[in-house]
Amino acid sequence: MKIGVFVCHCGSNIEGTVDTAAVAAAAREFPGVAFATDTMYTCSEPGQEEIVTAIKEQQLDGVVVASCTPRMHEQTFRRTVERAGLNRYLFEMANIREHVSWIGKDREANTNKAIDLVRMSAAKLLHNRPLLSKKFEINKRVLIIGGGVAGIQAALDCAEGGLQVVLVEKTSSIGGKMAKLDKTFPTVDCSSCILGPRMVDVAQHPNITLHAYSEIDEVSGYVGNFEVKVKKKATYVDWKKCTGCGVCMTKCPSRKATDYFNEGIGKTTAINIPFPQAIPKKAKIDADFCMKLQKGKCGICEKICPTGCIDYSQQDEYVTEKVGAIIAATGFDLFDWTVYGEYGAGRYPDVITSLQYERMLSASGPTGGHIKRPSDGREPKNVVFIQCVGSRDKSVGRPYCTGFCCMYTAKQAILTKDHLPESRSYVFYMDIRATGKNYDEFTRRAMEEYDAKYIRGRVSMIYPKGDRLLVRGADTLMGTQVELDADLVVLAVGAQAAAGANQLAEKLRISYDSYGFYMEGHPKLKPVETNTAGVYLAGSCQGPKDIPSSVSQGSAAAAKVLGLFSKDKLESDPQVSMVDIKRCIGCGKCMKTCPFGAIKEIDFRGMKKAEVIETICQGCGICTSTCPQGAVQLQHFTDNQILSEVNALCQF
Amino acid sequence: MPVLKGKELRIVGFLCNWCSYGGADTAGVGRFTQPTDLRIIRVPCSGRIDPLFIIKTLMNGADGVLVSGCHPRDCHYAEGNFYARRRLEVLHRFLPILGFEPGRFEYTWVSASEGQRWQQVVTRFTEQIHKLGPAPKIAGPEASKTLRQMEAAL
Repeated sequence: MKIGVFVCHCGSNIEGTVDTAAVAAAAREFPGVAFATDTMYTCSEPGQEEIVTAIKEQQLDGVVVASCTPRMHEQTFRRTVERAGLNRYLFEMANIREHVSWIGKDREANTNKAIDLVRMSAAKLLHNRPLLSKKFEINKRVLIIGGGVAGIQAALDCAEGGLQVVLVEKTSSIGGKMAKLDKTFPTVDCSSCILGPRMVDVAQHPNITLHAYSEIDEVSGYVGNFEVKVKKKATYVDWKKCTGCGVCMTKCPSRKATDYFNEGIGKTTAINIPFPQAIPKKAKIDADFCMKLQKGKCGICEKICPTGCIDYSQQDEYVTEKVGAIIAATGFDLFDWTVYGEYGAGRYPDVITSLQYERMLSASGPTGGHIKRPSDGREPKNVVFIQCVGSRDKSVGRPYCTGFCCMYTAKQAILTKDHLPESRSYVFYMDIRATGKNYDEFTRRAMEEYDAKYIRGRVSMIYPKGDRLLVRGADTLMGTQVELDADLVVLAVGAQAAAGANQLAEKLRISYDSYGFYMEGHPKLKPVETNTAGVYLAGSCQGPKDIPSSVSQGSAAAAKVLGLFSKDKLESDPQVSMVDIKRCIGCGKCMKTCPFGAIKEIDFRGMKKAEVIETICQGCGICTSTCPQGAVQLQHFTDNQILSEVNALCQF
Repeated sequence: MPVLKGKELRIVGFLCNWCSYGGADTAGVGRFTQPTDLRIIRVPCSGRIDPLFIIKTLMNGADGVLVSGCHPRDCHYAEGNFYARRRLEVLHRFLPILGFEPGRFEYTWVSASEGQRWQQVVTRFTEQIHKLGPAPKIAGPEASKTLRQMEAAL
């Protein structure tokens, strides 16, 4: 092999503490090296041209660039050598900037280290082989998990782009958290008026298949060819016949079912349609509260239903969907605030969450839009809002800021004044974080126009005093203690990862952070991708987000999927494991350790052998270090390649 | 010219591409000064590291070997570092039996964002190796000394 070595100055970034000319001179002595030089900026256009020219003139068949980290420019230089007609894997990088010139000032030691790193790269390169990607067919359908505003946006954008969309929603209606809101900040638009038409679009779009009241059971396959098993939970209602007339709800005698949509404010019937604008507008039976399903007595809905759609014997149903890409848009759940003993831990009925308050403000909510104290139904005079409940609090394991609570609290203070002009709102806050467009102006309006009194400090105790609540806290700006008589306390509860998010992540093989939020591919440059090819993120499943950000990310994820599907075939990464069939003894250890199920058993002339499915293999190499025979080798990181690096470094 | 005589010892690092190699890059970007002894070999995942690589490195005359991967539960390949942890822990216990001082090998977890932590890990490990001094060589010019010691022990 004829190797060319290019040592980059990177301006003064490397040259400042490394003698690059000496590195190039030393490199000329290494085995296989036919050409070595130092250049000012290797990644610049003239720098790349120099590589191309050298490859052609010197007939090089391998290139080492000693410059920055391969995480930065490996792809750039691979394309460069490809332009000169070499295979892109006949290239190695020595990281002499981040790992040498930037971490020490001793020029002698740095130069010596840089020479070692180049020696190592050249030694590895001698064992490199040309690798070629394979092309494979893709299935141009997309699965979207979660029918909140992010999922709806992604579904509509993908469907408009001509893709077949499968939308899976856990509850019996799409809409997510946004459907529960009364108004949205900072415009005080009616939430269901802006979301409702979008939900109808989803229902009517010819390209969208909606599986409501369904969950993801199993995911297999890989980018372009996923196979997803969807569990459609039993609703005990034949949705093909149900017209959503709601007669069953008026006659159902079991009226104590938990009303999940209204956050437990009020009760609903065992057979119910969660809210008037529900999509799909179909009834389902909550089996825990249905007398017929629990005790076998009743059956009123079956008698009364005009279309005869009630079916008490319905079972869970499984459907398999084949898709090419998946968007996770599973959203968030509210933090369980009852861990806060100082706020009553759920003992006082007049301490409610912000989302419960939102349902109370909504004209379609259980109180018809009237603010009433849950305890006695009286209109409150003093409403106290407490922010950062389950946000920015290490003591409950939630050190992050949810980000949107400051804004919705301001909105709720404004709406409170609109509903009850005689009332007064007090807001306990830590800092006001209003960093969106028109956001800060909005919080100012709450204070100045709507006379909400903002108190900077935390609440230490809430306890009952007569039929009211006494709220004691600190005013850190005044340096005093504050005591307020409150009729109603609203807790701005923070967001946490949705229940079941971790289990879904494991099915999708994506990673999640310590709080359960899904990890994006790169915090700055890949906010929508995950590290699993073909799986994208939208909305709060990646971290708490307000509506505009969720919608943006929904559209961004859709754009990524449309981009992926703009090709008819995908190219696989050739840095995958390969089995040497002569060495393989068919022990099956690699199949057990592979985290991706990328190795299958084959029958080779009556013998058990392993075979790697190239399109599934992600290139981790766990199988390579597991194989007792050295039969499985991860291409580009073979045992020989790594050991040649070791040998280049350590020879006594 | 492998090591700078009297200044440096031979320390080899095996780092996973996704977390620790990124962490070492972050340390570089942040200009966190570190000792120059360490040479880093990039592997896709800590699960790719065969314990025999480490034994081979030590047998070839390295004075120290440092392995670093993603924090447990944060592996890019879901579970590679769990395999690594088991293998490396077993190796760690076996090294004295093979005649290597256990302090010459260590494994740790550093994420891509932990530049400062990487600086501390490298600095501390390099100090530790310098305290142990050069490893006895079993081949090459300095081998005769080791062989004499081994004969004496027998």
